[in-house]
Formats: sequence, structure tokens, C-alpha cells
Amino acid sequence: MNNDIIEKIEKAGLVGRGGGGYSTAKKWREVAKAAGNKKYVIVNASEGETGLFKDIHILTNYPDMVLKGVILALDCLRAKDAFFNLNKRYYRLLRLKLEPLINEYNDKGYNIKIFVEEPSYIGGEETALLNAIEGKRTEPRSKPPYPSIAGLYAKPTLINNVETLYNVARVAEGAYDKKRFYCLSGKLKNKGVHHLPDDWSVEKILKETGNYPGFEFFVQIGGGASGTVCDQGQIKDRLATGAGAIEVFEKKKTDPRKLILRWLEFYQEESCGKCTPCRAGTYQLYEMVKANHEIPWPEMFEILETMEATSFCALGRSVIEPIRSYYSNVLKKA
Amino acid sequence: MNQVIVSINGKQYPAPFGESLLKTAMDNGIEIPHFCYHEDLPIGSSCRTCLVEDVKTGRVVTSCSIKAEDGVAILTDTPKVKELRLKNLELLLAGHQKNCPRCKKGLFCRAADEFGKYGVSTVKYWRPEIQEKLHLMSQAALIDPQLCISCNKCVEICDKIGVGFLKMEGKNIQTHATWSRDKETDCIYCGQCTLHCPVGSAREQNQMEDVEKALADKNKIVIAQMAPSVHASIGEEFGLPIGTDMTGRAYTAFRKLGFNHVFDVNMGADITTIVEAAELVERIKENKDLPMFTSCCPAWVKFMEFYHPEMLNHLTSSRSPQIHSGAAYKTWWAEKKGIDPRKIVVVSFMPCTSKKYEARHEKLKIDGMWPVDYVLTTREFGALLKKYKIDLPNLESSEVEEPGTYSGAAVIYGASGGVMESALRTAYFDLTGKELDKLEFEKVRGIEGIKRTEVEINGRTIKVAVVSTAANAEKIIQEIKNNKSAYDYIEVMACPGGCIGGGGQPIPTTLAIVEKRTESLYKTDAKMKLRQAHLNPVVRDFFDNYIAKLSPAARKKILNTSYSRKKKFE
Repeated sequence: MNNDIIEKIEKAGLVGRGGGGYSTAKKWREVAKAAGNKKYVIVNASEGETGLFKDIHILTNYPDMVLKGVILALDCLRAKDAFFNLNKRYYRLLRLKLEPLINEYNDKGYNIKIFVEEPSYIGGEETALLNAIEGKRTEPRSKPPYPSIAGLYAKPTLINNVETLYNVARVAEGAYDKKRFYCLSGKLKNKGVHHLPDDWSVEKILKETGNYPGFEFFVQIGGGASGTVCDQGQIKDRLATGAGAIEVFEKKKTDPRKLILRWLEFYQEESCGKCTPCRAGTYQLYEMVKANHEIPWPEMFEILETMEATSFCALGRSVIEPIRSYYSNVLKKA
Repeated sequence: MNQVIVSINGKQYPAPFGESLLKTAMDNGIEIPHFCYHEDLPIGSSCRTCLVEDVKTGRVVTSCSIKAEDGVAILTDTPKVKELRLKNLELLLAGHQKNCPRCKKGLFCRAADEFGKYGVSTVKYWRPEIQEKLHLMSQAALIDPQLCISCNKCVEICDKIGVGFLKMEGKNIQTHATWSRDKETDCIYCGQCTLHCPVGSAREQNQMEDVEKALADKNKIVIAQMAPSVHASIGEEFGLPIGTDMTGRAYTAFRKLGFNHVFDVNMGADITTIVEAAELVERIKENKDLPMFTSCCPAWVKFMEFYHPEMLNHLTSSRSPQIHSGAAYKTWWAEKKGIDPRKIVVVSFMPCTSKKYEARHEKLKIDGMWPVDYVLTTREFGALLKKYKIDLPNLESSEVEEPGTYSGAAVIYGASGGVMESALRTAYFDLTGKELDKLEFEKVRGIEGIKRTEVEINGRTIKVAVVSTAANAEKIIQEIKNNKSAYDYIEVMACPGGCIGGGGQPIPTTLAIVEKRTESLYKTDAKMKLRQAHLNPVVRDFFDNYIAKLSPAARKKILNTSYSRKKKFE
């Protein structure tokens, strides 16, 4: 086991950039320590949430770095087998770039394969992704066991986001500068991906990128579906957590019902269907808001809170987050 | 197994280490609603209704996924649990309705229970419309996507049986069970999906109304005949202990329902044993088409006709018990009584859904008549009795009519290994002219999926195997392909444990329950004086005074059948 790289990663303080924010060194160590004659590395390039487009940015511009990260992980685990869990839309855009690079490594004895994923929100969930690669329904698995102990084909499996592996390669080169990729969208002048220090506040990011709006606004931070909504006055010390998305909304021109419907439409489409609260809850929420001119807040929260408390996976549990934070931070109803 | 002590609602209970706490609670009479838990199948934790509070963390969690270990403590009825549980029940059952026509018929659906028990109301919710049509599995079962709650149990049991015809499809609210479009995969009509569906989305094709119509028709002579597995399981529909022998009370119930005659499928089983044993003896003597397979399970026959048409010559040509007895009534018995056989309506009460499919085989018709007109499952029998307010547990016992006389060998047909044992009792006599000293063949009893033994008859060793589920049958078939002389005689049933675990049996059915029902069958056999098919005087009369006088072709028509390659849905 090459502990060197794990120590470097730990020192650099890398955390998962898929949205979970789990310590990368810890994750690597768990897989490294796990018993098993075969281990897998998986690059998670599912990026199925709205408002996120940094993985495609990184894979387009720095595919070599991401692959370098993969190789570092494989070598560290003394493994040869890796999968790119690649969103089908991305596959079309990237295959000409990625495949030659992958072949180069495969010629050296690695076995890296691209798994073309039907684009979906749940497809990014680690255990659902494992099921998909194994040819099963794209649904989350019960945890434990965690993928680091029993993942793909029940073997210890390291699943890292594209950006995380990019950062690993930077760390190995001694070039990691504590930056992350932010996805800026909404009513902005300079939309797109910005690579900036990871300790900048949302306000600073908006200002430094020349994006700070001249109108009254609020933002959704983390991801376009699950992200927390903050009012203009709440972003001074607020980091862009999760997967690093920032979407800006003009307050006056945003119809709350329409915004909520946008979120719910996404969720009721993307729920994998496995568990009751998420499968039926997202559907009932969407129908409920669609059928009413006024937002039926109490009835909505009844379902949302049930989903938060009892959904099978984190996706169902987080549906409440944008709506609740929008309700209390922006509409100031709490 | 390691015992641990768990706490439920402040009381201590012993449990095997690692057991699902939902099971521990249920085994101790503590009720927790659940829809996707079945003790023989994987824990999916997807319905999210078996919620309890974990005392240590204060969090509400699913009890099915908590494993018993020392110190585990749960509360099943806190205000938080109640509130979340109710909400999930309402969300889960939004596609169901309180006064569902099916519920009114008294057929099983756990939704009906929970509506009342937990005050579930789905009126405030939208009824999802699944974009898929109802699918009929021949005449046996059906799958109704509108009622599906995505619990996945039908898919899991279908895989376990070894068929893989069902699968989950779609995502979000459109998630539902559906059938395989693969040309190489077909349903065998075993109905295990109907036995494991908690809400009647997979269910038998109901024939209760047809039977009621026949009973109301004064011009018809309606005969009830019941399979041995129903004797041992119908009590469960009325909350009686598992394995209660209901034979005598069921006969009374048939009379109360208005059946003109009460016979028994067991008599047919004795016919089957005689036909099959004779064929086995002949094949062994001629060393032809061995091993011979049993064919009384229509799901197994369908499996062979679809998946292994190259081996159809190995199936015994004997018809199955319900078809044998049904034809006997409409020929031998009708003639004896001077009755127009066209007036006879035979209703079978079976633990099975594939018997509904078998009853509609054109090739089995005698002079244009179906040997069996309708087949009701044990569950339909229960529903029918409840509809007419016939309190089965409190009925007096009565006897079967003479043409329904049967042996103990017929009773054990219900258990995996029973057909084999019955045939061996008679084949031994056929080959030696003597009765066995010991009638029991313990090695072919029990619920294991594959049982093997050897039997010495007249200095020849007969190698036998007893198999349940298509998955195990496939293993044996592969074994035979590698070694043609591995076996001489093989019994196969599609359902785990045989007919006693059949797709038409009461819900719930688990392997543990199947074991208890099985014991009941063997106990009945042990108590009987008549324990060999060939000693059944009524069956002897049928063979000696009716069959013997027929031309070989006419005989064959009543006793034998043939098989052919089947395409999907055939």
C-alpha cells in the first residue's frame, strides 16, 4: 500500500467534491485497509443534478489530470480495474478525448472501462451507481456495507467524484492550491465554471467574478435541486458547499410557486422509485402544488418532513432542503 | 444460533442474533405494519411503513433493517412513529381505495386491513396512473400494475423459483412490476407472485362468480373436489393454527355452499399413482426414457415445455389427479348413476394457480367436456365461505361421499416427495407382488429443494430425486445431461415444499409455515388404514369395471396425456 499519497491528500485536506464532502484521505484509507483480493476505483461523472456542470468542464479541459488521479488511486490500492461512470450526454462529448487516454493506460496493464450511464439524479448516488454498473436497477443499496468494504461486485470500491480525482493529481504534483470549481448560473453576467479558492464566501465569489447583481436577489447554493436557498443578506460568510453550485434569482421576478414547481418537477421525475416517501411523496407534492393556485404549505411540509425522516437514501431526505430554506430565508415565513 | 436479548416497548425478548427486529416483534405478537418484508426474501426496506423509534438515537428507523443484538431497544408506538407511519401508509396506498371491489370480495389485500387498523385515508391524495396494462398469465394469475406498490417481492420470488419472468420497471411514481419481454423467458403460472404480493396486484384469476353461477343453476350437478393441501391449510383463512386438518369441516362447508356432491381430488391422486407407477415399472423394465419425471404439477410441465422441450419424453404420460378424478366423474360415475355428464360441473379447490391453466387444456377434454370446469384457490375458497358467512372452524365434520374415497398415499401428494413416495409404494407392489413392510420413505420428505435416495426393489437399485422449484429442477436437468443414468425417477414441483407451499395457498406462506402444514399431511397419512393407492376399492372399481372394458385408445384418453413445445404465452 502506498500510504504516501494518502498522507499527502490528508495534509492537503481534500474532501469529496461530489457534494458529500467526506474526507478523501479517510475514504482512501478505508478501501486500502479493506480485505479483498480485488478492488475497484470508480470515477463518478454522473453529475445528474441541475445547476451542475463542473465535472464536464474538468473532463473537457483536464482529462489527463483526472486519469492521473485514477491511476494514483489504482496504484495506491494495488488495483487495476476502474470504471468511468459517465453520464450518457457527456459520453457523446468526451469519448474522443477520453478513450485514447484510457487506451494508453490500458496498454500499460490497467483495465479502465467507461460505463455509459443513462442520465439520472440517483445515478450519482454511490450505491445506485454500483447497481447500474452491475446491470441491476439504478436504486440505492442498504448501507452498511459501505462501498469501501463491499462495493462493486461486493469488492472494496473507491468511488470519487471527477473533481476529487483532479485534486488528487494536483496534490501529487504539489500544485494543489486549495481551489474548487464553482458552477455559477441564473441571472448573471459571467455564468459558467470558475476555479477559485475554496474558502471564499458566496458573496465574495459573486463580487470577484463580476457577478454581484444590482437587483434584489437570493441564491441557491450547492446544487440546483437539493441546494440551500439563502437571501442576499445571508451570503457574506456563507461558503458554497455541496457540489459548489451557485444559482442567482431575481427576487421580484421569481414566482415562488413556479420555483417550487421547478424543484418538484425535477424530483418527481428523478425519484428512483424504490422507497415510498420519495417515490410517492415527490409525486403527491408535485400534483398538489400544480393543482393549487396558492402553495399548500402545511400539507407540503407534512410530506416533506416525512420524506426527510424516513426516505431510504439521502436524495429523498434532502428534498425538503431547498423548499424549507426558501420558505424561511427568503419568504421569511417561519 | 446465538440468542440475544432485545427490548421492544420496554419489554425484553430473546431473539436469534442478527434476526430482523420486525420478525422478532411479530413473533411476539407485537404488530408493526409492513408491506415489503417477507422472512424468506431479501430485506429491501423500501415501503418504509415498519417504522419504530431506536431508543439509543431517538431516530425513527425501519424495524426490518434493525438486526437483533444485545442492547437493541425500540419503541413501536411513539407519537413520532405513529405520525410518520401513517403518512407513509397513506402515500404507499394512494393507488388503493377503501372500498375496492376486490376487497369487497374478501380476497386478500393487506391494504384493506391497514385502512381500518391505522385510520389510513388516501382521499386527499392523487391516484397515480401507471402507464401499463393489466397482464394475464394464461388463465392462472394476473399482474395489475395499478395496484403495485413496488415492494419487489414478486420479482424476488419469481427469481427464487428460477423463472425470472417478473421485474421492476420504470422510475419515480411509474415504478411497477412488469413481465419480461424477452422471448426466451416465460411465466410457468406457479402463482408464487400472487402468494407474495401484499396488495393483490399480482393475484389469481378469480373464478368465484362462475362457481356461484353453477351452484345457482338447478340443471347442473355441481361436484366439489379438494386437494390434500387445502385440507391442511384452509383453516388458516379463519385464523386457526397452522396445519389444522380441516377435511371433515370442509366437506360440510361444501354442502352448505350448495354443492350437490362432495368428492375429493385425493381419489384422483390414487388414480394418478396407479397410472404413473405402472408406467415407471414399464420404463424400468424396458430401460426406456429414464429418468421419468412426474407431471402432476402443471407449472413444472410448462417449464419443461417451454425451457426443455428436448426432454419431454421423460415426463410421465399420466394425467394429473384433478384431471383424472374429474374425468372419472364425467365417465365412470355418470354412467353408473345414469346421469348426463354434460350436466356435471366439477369444481376443484386447489392450493395452486397453475391448475386453473391446466383445467383449460383442450387436449384434456373428454368427449368435448372439460374434466374440471373451475378451479378455486385456497384463498378463493376462504373468501367464498366468508361471503356466505359459513363459519368453517365451528362446523361439524362430515364424510366424503364414496366416490371420493382415498388413501393416505394421496394425502401426502401435497408435500414435496409425496408423489414419489406414493408411486414407490405402488411400484413396489407392481414389481414384487408384495406390499412394503415399511411404507415411509423418510429421505424424500422435508422441505429441502433437492432430495435424493436409492430404493432397492427386486434386486434393482432405483435412484430417485425429489425436487421443488424450477431453479432446483434446472440443476437436476443439467446433472442428467452430464450423466444420463444419474436417476430413474424424479418428482418435481414448481413451488417450494410442493403443493402445500403452492401459489394459491393462504397468505402469508413462509417456509416455516409450509413445514408445519407438511407435518399435518404426514400425520393424516400415518393415521389412515388405507395407505396405498392400489388398495383403494373405489379406484379399483374404476379400473376393473370401467377402464378395463374400454378400448386402449379410450383408456388413454382418460388416463394419459402428451406434451409439446410451447411458445411464449402458450
